[in-house]
Amino acid sequence: MASLELGQVLEHDHFMEEYSRGSEGLSWWRRVHWGRGVALFLAAAYFIIPFYAAMQFSLANKYGQFSLQPLTQIADAPQFLSALWLSTELAVATMVIVMGLMVPTMIYVHLRMPRFRRVMEVITILPIVIPPIVLIVGVDGVTPSWLKASQWLLALVYVVLAMPYVYRALDAGLGALDLKTLVEASRSLGSGWANTIWRVLVPNLRSALMSASVLTLALVFGEFTIASLDGWQTVPVWIYLAPTDDPRINTLVAMMALLGTCLVLTVIVSLDRSKNRNSRRS
Amino acid sequence: MLMDIESQAPMANAATQPRGGAPVVLDNLTRQFGATRALDGFSLNIAPGEFVALLGPSGCGKTTALRVLAGFERPDVGRVLVDGKDVVHVPAQKRDMGMVFQSYSLFPNMTARDNVAFGLQLRHQKSGPRRARAVELLGLVGLDEHVSKYPHQLSGGQQQRVALARALAIEPRVLLLDEPLSALDAKVRAELRDQIRALQQRLAITTVFVTHDQEEALSMADRVCVMSRGRAEQIATPAELYSKPSTEFVARFVGISSRVGVTRTGDSVQLFGRDVKIRGDVPTTDGPLDALLRPEDVDVHVAPTGLGVVTHKSFLGATTRLEIGIAGATVKADVMSSAAADFELGTRVELSANARDVLVTEAQSAT
Repeated sequence: MASLELGQVLEHDHFMEEYSRGSEGLSWWRRVHWGRGVALFLAAAYFIIPFYAAMQFSLANKYGQFSLQPLTQIADAPQFLSALWLSTELAVATMVIVMGLMVPTMIYVHLRMPRFRRVMEVITILPIVIPPIVLIVGVDGVTPSWLKASQWLLALVYVVLAMPYVYRALDAGLGALDLKTLVEASRSLGSGWANTIWRVLVPNLRSALMSASVLTLALVFGEFTIASLDGWQTVPVWIYLAPTDDPRINTLVAMMALLGTCLVLTVIVSLDRSKNRNSRRS
Repeated sequence: MLMDIESQAPMANAATQPRGGAPVVLDNLTRQFGATRALDGFSLNIAPGEFVALLGPSGCGKTTALRVLAGFERPDVGRVLVDGKDVVHVPAQKRDMGMVFQSYSLFPNMTARDNVAFGLQLRHQKSGPRRARAVELLGLVGLDEHVSKYPHQLSGGQQQRVALARALAIEPRVLLLDEPLSALDAKVRAELRDQIRALQQRLAITTVFVTHDQEEALSMADRVCVMSRGRAEQIATPAELYSKPSTEFVARFVGISSRVGVTRTGDSVQLFGRDVKIRGDVPTTDGPLDALLRPEDVDVHVAPTGLGVVTHKSFLGATTRLEIGIAGATVKADVMSSAAADFELGTRVELSANARDVLVTEAQSAT
C-alpha cells in the first residue's frame, strides 16, 4: 500500500514536471494578450503615422531627401525665440497662479465644505463650455486699460482655462488622502495652516500637482484663439502666422512643441516614479 | 457649576503619583451639530497625570468632547481649563496636546523618524538632538529597527506606535487618544494597550482615552467616564463602575446582560428562591421590579425538574456562555468550558443567585 502511494506520488511529480516544462515552452505565446496588442498597435499607428508624415515633410530638403538643416533654421526664424519666451513666461505664471489659488481652495472645500464640491465641479467645467472668443471679449470688456496692455492678462485668462484640468487632478489627489486626519495630526503637533499645507499636504499631492502642471503647460503651449484675439504672438500664433516663407519650419516647430510637451511629461512622470520607488526602497 | 465638577475629583489615584501632566477641567460643555446635541452640559475634572477613559456607544459625544479638548471643535457653551487657564479660544496648534488618532495618521511622505521629529522641528530644535530624540522615542515604543521606514512599510500596530511616539515627542501636557486601538487585530491591540498604559504611568502625562470598548476602558484607565447623549452618566474607578453602576444605562454598558422580574421584601429581593440585598438606593416604587444580572452573578445546575431551559451556547475559551429561558425571561450565565458538555441545548436547569447584592430597577414593562 505504501509503495503504491509512493508510486502515485512519483507519477504525479513526473506529470507536473512535464506539464510545467510544456507550459514554459508555450508561456510567451500564451502570455501575449493579442486583443490588447492589436488595440495598442492601432492607437500607436493613429498617432505615429501623421507625426511621421509631418516630420518627413519638415525634415526634407528641396530635393525631398532627409535633412537636419530645417532644425538649425528654427532659431533663426524671425520672432520665434520671443514667441517661445512669451509662451514659457505665460506657462510658468499660469501654473504659479492656478496652483496658488486652487490648492488652498480645494483643501478648504474638501475639509470644511465637502458639499460645495459639486458646485465647484460645475463652476470649473464652465471654461470648457464657454467658447474662448466669448471669454476673451467678456474679459476685455471689464479689464482696466493698464492690464489690457500687459501679457499677464493672458496668464490670468489661462488660469481660468486651466481650472477644469487642475480641479480634477487635485480633486483626485485630495480624495486619495485622509485629509482631515493628516491636517489634525499636523496641527496637534504645533503646525499652522501654511506649514501644514507646505510640509504635509503638498508632498503628498505631488502626483496630482504634477499632472495639473503638465496639463496647464500643454494648455498654454497649445492655446491659439485667445492669444491671437488679444494680439500676443505665442508659439501657436507664431506657427499660424508663419512669418517665414518656408512652411517646413512651421510644421517642424509644431512638431517640436508636441515633442517638447511629451518630453516634459515623460521627465515629470519619471521623476515622480523614481521618487516613489526610492521612498519605497528605503 | 464648578462646584459640581470639583466634587468629581478623583479619590483613588494616589498610585499614579507623581503627576507630570496638567490638570484639565471640562466645564458644562455644550456642542450642537444641526439638530443633534453632541454635548449637553458635559463636565469632567481630570487630575494631573490621571488616565481617564471616555466610554460610551457611538454618538454619545465622547469623540466630540475629545475634539473640543484638542481644539478641533469649539463648544457653543462651556469652558475648557488646562492648568487653570481657559483654552477655548486657543487654536489646536498652540495647545501643546499630543494626539493619537483612530485612523493611521502618519505623514506618508516621511519616515518613522521624520514623523516623530516633525513636532520637534516645529519647535526649532536642532537637527542632531532632534533626530536623536526621535530615535530614542521610537526605541521607547520598541521600533528602533524601523526608524528609516515609511508608513506604508509598517504594520498597523507599528504605525500606531510611531503615532504614539510622535505625540509624546513634543512632551505634551495632555495626551489625547481617539480610539487608537480600534483598527488593530486582537493580539496587537492587547500588546499596545499594555504599552500605552505603561508609558503613560512612566511619563505621568494627563491622558484622555476615547473608546467604545468597556474592556479597554476598565483595564487601562484610572477612572472611566461613561457617556450617554452628550452627558456623563457616571464617572468612577473601573472597580466602582463595575460593582456599583449608578444607572441602568451604565449597568447595561459595563456588562449587565440579563434582567429578571423579582419581588421586594424590605431592602432585599427574592431572586431564584433566595433573598438578595438590593445594591445602592432601594426603589421607592411599589410597582414590579427587575434585577439586573451579570453572567457571573448566576449559578447553573442541571436539574430534570428545573424551570430553565438552555436555549443557546457560545464557547468563549475558558468559559462557555449559556442563554437560559426561564419564566419568559432570558438569563445569561457562564459555566466552565470543561463542564459545558452537560449543558446541551434543551437541557433543563435550575438557577441560583451567587451575588451578595444586586442592582434593581423598575420592571421594563412598567417603565
